[in-house]
Amino acid sequence: MLRLIVSRLAGGVAVIVAVATLAFFLLHAAPGGPFDAERALPENVRKNVEAHYHLDEPILSQYARYMGDLAHGDFGQSIKRVSTVSEIIRVHFPYSLAIGVSALAIAITFGLLMGVIAAWRRNTWLDYLLMSIALVGISIPSIVLGPLLVAYFSLQLGWLPPARIEGLSSYILPALVLGMIYMGTIARLSRGAMLEVLSQDFVRTARAKGLRERVVLWKHAARLGVVPVVTYLGPATATLISGSFVVEKIFGVPGLGSFFIESITNRDYPLLCGTLVFYVMFLVVLNIAVDIVHGILDPRIRERR
Amino acid sequence: MWRDAWRRLRKNRMAVVCAAFTLAMVIFCVAGPWIAGLFGLDETTIDAQLGAVSPRGAHWLGTDTLGRDMLVRCMHGGRIALLVALTATLVALVIGVSWGAIAAYAGGRTDYVMMRIVDVLYGFPTLVFVIVVMATFNLDSLVWLFALIGAISWLTMARLVRAQVMSLRHRDFVEAARALGARPSRILFRHIVPNTMGVVIVYATLSMPSVMLYEAVLSYLGVGVHAPRASWGTLVTEGASQIIAYPWLLYGPGLMMATTIFALNFFGDGLRDALDPQTRKD
Repeated sequence: MLRLIVSRLAGGVAVIVAVATLAFFLLHAAPGGPFDAERALPENVRKNVEAHYHLDEPILSQYARYMGDLAHGDFGQSIKRVSTVSEIIRVHFPYSLAIGVSALAIAITFGLLMGVIAAWRRNTWLDYLLMSIALVGISIPSIVLGPLLVAYFSLQLGWLPPARIEGLSSYILPALVLGMIYMGTIARLSRGAMLEVLSQDFVRTARAKGLRERVVLWKHAARLGVVPVVTYLGPATATLISGSFVVEKIFGVPGLGSFFIESITNRDYPLLCGTLVFYVMFLVVLNIAVDIVHGILDPRIRERR
Repeated sequence: MWRDAWRRLRKNRMAVVCAAFTLAMVIFCVAGPWIAGLFGLDETTIDAQLGAVSPRGAHWLGTDTLGRDMLVRCMHGGRIALLVALTATLVALVIGVSWGAIAAYAGGRTDYVMMRIVDVLYGFPTLVFVIVVMATFNLDSLVWLFALIGAISWLTMARLVRAQVMSLRHRDFVEAARALGARPSRILFRHIVPNTMGVVIVYATLSMPSVMLYEAVLSYLGVGVHAPRASWGTLVTEGASQIIAYPWLLYGPGLMMATTIFALNFFGDGLRDALDPQTRKD
């Protein structure tokens, strides 16, 4: 187990360095810069500004400086805003995190519930109903669902706030819209896994021992049935990030996603690079955590490695 | 194998309905504007006097704020959306099949490295990469959209094809081809890969809906399809911003996009059950 964690950590650091490097050189190759405007800056002003951000140095020394700062946990200074990148992340990432976590919580709770029940009652009307709901959840784009829910629940019924974050109730709609696609996927994954598990010997043994169906289903079978769902959480969180850009735009949430999009249009390269590297760090840590949970849930995996 | 699959597929009535629906949608979007033209409707005629009107006899899906007919706009949007879905999936198919087949056939270290790359990319927000590249390089040509979406959609295809090739590469017909002195590339792409086509077709069908969702997301964030072109993604974006005053601007394209994605997903599932009854878990 320890060896697994160490090797995963080393791999994670390599990925972070690779992404930071790629982002750095990609953005330097891109046309246009943060100081391009309708009217060109006077020569001496432009020189001063570029010197301030070390943009006048050779590219390799800029790269060395950037990676050195990064190694100290310094993401640098935003060019268009007065705060540092770390400050922006600290203030605005919690919004994104709250929505992302609640979206996943909704998706896992209802997805698993749907999947396990559908597998248990397979090929009945209940199974078909649940799987149709799951498929609709996968198929309806968030940019359609979001505005529809706002129009109905916020503007027509006035139950929930239409946009911005004002209290806990503002998180409901964004989390629902963001979580829908994951709920559908988790329901389908867990149904498939449960069908496989339910036909295995240990389930038959548990039933033969006279255990109640509820115990067999949720304590014995579901423990293995959730394994593919845990595996899916890694990639799911990765796509959750681009999903959060959309949901934050629909609902006007001041999360990190909106700053990321803003940094692209503003060509605010330190903010763009910093946010990107931060996202990747977050994912790397999360994926390692998923691997550990995986090992705990399924002893076969632990022993194989 | 194909005849059995066809028989099983036909028995799944909903899947057949979904396939027919998708086909009808394609024909509707491709031929529709031409037929509408016979009735004097097109997507560019601006009627500022008329403005946005709700669905009625002359305009089945209403008009937008410039008085353009929404039905014809949706057809044109569908053309672009379906074109993106098809071409980006083809790009993903070519990359994924080659990657998976080569990894499995080469085996050993090459296989390990190639599949580790896939693993790493799986845990990676690849769509974010597309957003950054599209925006920073000001790419507004559709070709870039096809290429970039395709470039991030091949991972699962590579895994599935690799697994298939692994199970095929020591079969007798492959050994026979090798004994006859066929070169590895010929064995791989003429003898092995054609036998993976079932999986490839199923997964290509299932990737199209997610590719359509990618296009919608990119267009919503302003880095996908640009004016003067319109796609379902851009039409929904426009509609979403006017949901209070003119909700029909969202209903038309939103419904067309959601139903097409649903039908493709359902048909893909049916196709998988038909082609590979063993994975059918019930």
